[in-house]
Amino acid sequence: MATTLTLLHDGRCDEITVADPARPAIPEAALEATLGWDLQPEGLCQGPMCIPVDQSALVREDGLDLGVLAGALQRPLVTDEKHAVASLGASHHDRGDALASLEAPDFTLPDLDGNLHSLSDQRGKKVLLVAYASW
Amino acid sequence: MPDLYGMNNVPTVVWIDEEGRIARPNDASFASNRFKLLTGLDSRRHLRRLRAWVRGDAPALTPSEVRAHQDLPTAAEQEARAEFTLAWWLSREGHAEDAERHYARAGELAPHDLTIRRGSMRTRGLNPMGLAFFKLAFKSALSGTPLYRPIKDNP
Repeated sequence: MATTLTLLHDGRCDEITVADPARPAIPEAALEATLGWDLQPEGLCQGPMCIPVDQSALVREDGLDLGVLAGALQRPLVTDEKHAVASLGASHHDRGDALASLEAPDFTLPDLDGNLHSLSDQRGKKVLLVAYASW
Repeated sequence: MPDLYGMNNVPTVVWIDEEGRIARPNDASFASNRFKLLTGLDSRRHLRRLRAWVRGDAPALTPSEVRAHQDLPTAAEQEARAEFTLAWWLSREGHAEDAERHYARAGELAPHDLTIRRGSMRTRGLNPMGLAFFKLAFKSALSGTPLYRPIKDNP
């Protein structure tokens, strides 16, 4: 019986229809809009860049196996079957490569009045980034 | 922010230059010595360096020094963050009991990550400023894992 799976990823919360929340699959038609990848004969592609993937394991009757997809993208996938929710984390390679490039990752956060500010708005100035918490 | 920058605790400070490049990577420093007794961190050295860099009196670290001081995220840390995200969502949806095993798993995967372990305490009904935190701090001290890991460079 089809059920709705909540997929948490990249700061987003998408809902996809899956046949089995224990082995979730994403409809191929939703792949690009959801995760920004496209399945081609060469593999999983983003523009000219493609990652090889075992398509016999990836492509199922009910869609693309999310576990195989996560593995190919080297992203951690954790699930909670009871509540039909999955969390697809960022790849440590992607995060590590970005930091090792020394290009400060850009982000956008609201101030106390709700106005959005991006790190990139501060280009041309020295920035002290302080992460703090009141817990 | 912890995910993007690989931060494991607060305070974490990063210097970013005019071109948007990391000039000094994740460092543990407070703005004053208010917590020095508790944390062992003396803020004066960092503040002195910061002022000199901002005024143009001293350079920041070289790119190779920045790289040498970076602790890049591991696969286990990223899996812990995915578990934490899942647990946080379950908590917000009113499934606190079911969230608990995901919080626990996140803590097992990244026991040194206080953005996860201390950051989840309030939603788990624990006091992040109380006994639960001091137990965590005590266990970390016993295992030789410091809660605060400032960059160790020259005075």
